[in-house]
Amino acid sequence: MLVELGHFALVMAFVVAIAQTVLPLWGAQTSKRALMAVGEPAALVQLVLIAFSFGALTYAFVTSDFSLKVVVANSHTLKPMLYKVSGVWGNHEGSMLLWVLILALFGAAAALFGSNLPDTLRARVLGVQGAIGLAFLAFILFTSNPFTRLEFPPMNGEDLNPLLQDPGLAFHPPFLYLGYVGLSMTFSFAVAALLEGRVDAAWGRWVRPWTLAAWIFLTIGIGLGSWWAYYELGWGGFWFWDPVENASFMPWLFAAALLHSAIVVEKREALKSWTILLAILAFGFSLIGTFLVRSGVITSVHAFANDPERGIFILMILAFFMGGALILFSLRANVMSAKGVFSMVSRESALVVNNILLAVAALVVFTGTIWPLVAEAFWARKLSVGAPFFNAAFTPFFTMLAVVLPIGAILPWKRARLGVAVKKLIPALILALAVMGLIWSMQTQKTLLAPIGLGLGTWVVAGAIQDIVLKLGQNRTLSRLFRLPRADWGRLFAHGGLGITIAGIAGLTAWTVEDIRIVQVGETFDVAGYTITLDAVERKQGPNYLTTMATMSVFEGPQKVATLHPEKRSYPVAQMPTTEAGIDNGFWRDVYLVIGDVQSNGGWAVRTYIKPLANWIWGGTLIMAFGGLLSLTDRRYRVAAGARKSAASAPKGVPAE
Amino acid sequence: MKRLILALTLLLATPLYAVQPDEVLTDPVMESRARDISQGLRCLVCRNENIDESNATLAKDLRLLVRERLVAGDTNEQTVAYIVDRYGEYVLLKPTLTGANKLLWIAGPAMLIIALGIGFGFLRRRQSEPEQSDLTEDEEKRLQALLNE
Repeated sequence: MLVELGHFALVMAFVVAIAQTVLPLWGAQTSKRALMAVGEPAALVQLVLIAFSFGALTYAFVTSDFSLKVVVANSHTLKPMLYKVSGVWGNHEGSMLLWVLILALFGAAAALFGSNLPDTLRARVLGVQGAIGLAFLAFILFTSNPFTRLEFPPMNGEDLNPLLQDPGLAFHPPFLYLGYVGLSMTFSFAVAALLEGRVDAAWGRWVRPWTLAAWIFLTIGIGLGSWWAYYELGWGGFWFWDPVENASFMPWLFAAALLHSAIVVEKREALKSWTILLAILAFGFSLIGTFLVRSGVITSVHAFANDPERGIFILMILAFFMGGALILFSLRANVMSAKGVFSMVSRESALVVNNILLAVAALVVFTGTIWPLVAEAFWARKLSVGAPFFNAAFTPFFTMLAVVLPIGAILPWKRARLGVAVKKLIPALILALAVMGLIWSMQTQKTLLAPIGLGLGTWVVAGAIQDIVLKLGQNRTLSRLFRLPRADWGRLFAHGGLGITIAGIAGLTAWTVEDIRIVQVGETFDVAGYTITLDAVERKQGPNYLTTMATMSVFEGPQKVATLHPEKRSYPVAQMPTTEAGIDNGFWRDVYLVIGDVQSNGGWAVRTYIKPLANWIWGGTLIMAFGGLLSLTDRRYRVAAGARKSAASAPKGVPAE
Repeated sequence: MKRLILALTLLLATPLYAVQPDEVLTDPVMESRARDISQGLRCLVCRNENIDESNATLAKDLRLLVRERLVAGDTNEQTVAYIVDRYGEYVLLKPTLTGANKLLWIAGPAMLIIALGIGFGFLRRRQSEPEQSDLTEDEEKRLQALLNE
């Protein structure tokens, strides 16, 4: 019964989406207040309906209602509760429902917090948001209905892919979707501004928090996914340049570019048309990501549904929104004349360089991702584009970015002198060079990767700290530290986090030590200064799997560092094995143990990895996201949210609700 | 109980995990060459995994083939060519610089140069244009008031 109501609510949401799209947009065009006012209640009702529908599907998963097709395909009565719930979005249909739920959430947020927006702009933003919701609700109802029933329900389900039964991956999709779909808000703002025919500093200020929020979620989502790959796939890789990873990475790069260029619009009223274009592209690449994952055009580790019909539907949605927005953009480009004047060397120019590097890097990733399709279509060549290409083609861009970042961040607006800026950064520069030299002389294998990567990381982190120190003025007044705007702290953490991640990637890639061998129970072996003993191997039963669990002791000299339990699990229902590595996390290194198969002589295949600086990668990512959060709570956005009353009294202001 | 037996048989028959101890060559230099080559070759039955990381049987066969060729005295290039001859270009994770692939490799630098050119042109215009405003005086005042809050 509840399931039927959930299905019905979804259909109702579709109807409400039609109203939310047509009425406010029409009202804004013909200046009819009553029509414009439909936007907010429609957005709220939309959220309630989709939330109910999502709740009904969750209920079906939790109670193992095997009359539903998706539940049968992705659940099992023995599965732990956490994964029954995460199973809701661990499949194509359910994840699309989560997608529209988040879309509705953002729409409702815009309706609630948007009272300081001009009437027509708010109506248009909600209208465009409604249109996106409409398209995806149609997609769900017509091609991917999660509420499809089975005529003869089976006794039990087929279980969720065991690789997905993991806490890291349970929360990875919701964060990613919050990011992808968050970019729909910036898209709606961009299209609304184009319809409005007006882009100004205030628009920049309205759109930046949404971009920031989307970027924070994407950062966390990508970080979670990478962390999961590290500990779950059994050999400690953290990034594979898989098409689906690229699908999340491209919007991240565009969002990063967008949140920097929106600052220029806000502070200096320049780069307007570029910022609008970026806002359109950022969401466009989210849609391209959705298309790549769900159409089956590209084979990937985690491609969802390989259904051409669905692919074509998403391609049509993509073509409609991108095509429409870009045509509108070309028609309205003339209204976005830039105002601020600035010299060749200035904060503005530095942010232009930032945008060029990020956008071109994203386009390089895009080219590599679709190249197999292009080569097959035009030259009938069946080829692969994998990690070696992306590492070679992408790394230079981030290297350049890291080199110019600290300098650009301390340049003043309008007019600057490069010499002065570099002179201010001399301490950071010396430190970075010292780190490079030290590492070069210390490491046994003479690779350039580690010194350059860690040197760059140091340069970025030290530059970010120097930036804050410079804010204290000539006298180094420490009390000023407490009065700095949160945006400054946000910059410190976001840039510093990036530097830490760069250092972590360089350290892990350059210095990982690997050891593969056969070990008898009770035997001891040495790897890179660690002594490791295989104490025992036992077979045990988990809630919905069987496991071969080893007990291994790790010693550093005479001192015991850790006891680890690497496992090899087998999920009988899904007929799939997984590895659970035993990891001793540390600040400087991870000890990473994997147990393999039993060998003919009674020994076990054991792999040992020493992974230096591994946790810096995700630590840096979290710090970056935290920086974004600080920036998001900066006074100017909180004030903007609280300024409704004063705006209402202004002549052309917004009526209070 | 039946399920348990089934599971136990499955457990014993689980696929192999990437490079196995018995595959490793005794000569460490040759082994590290084999690893390097393996990381650039795609596991054909997997989705975007190289043969070095893959658990598939085919990947194991390819790993052994790579080592066989190296032991037979092939250079790295000859080994890769040997495998490409049999499995096609699809097996290479790093596309070659031949034919249309030149476009792929040149795309990054070319886009960067074009973008820098456009950016430079834009910055030069920004430098010289006079400051102008399309807001009315009232609007400008209100904007300033809002921005200063």
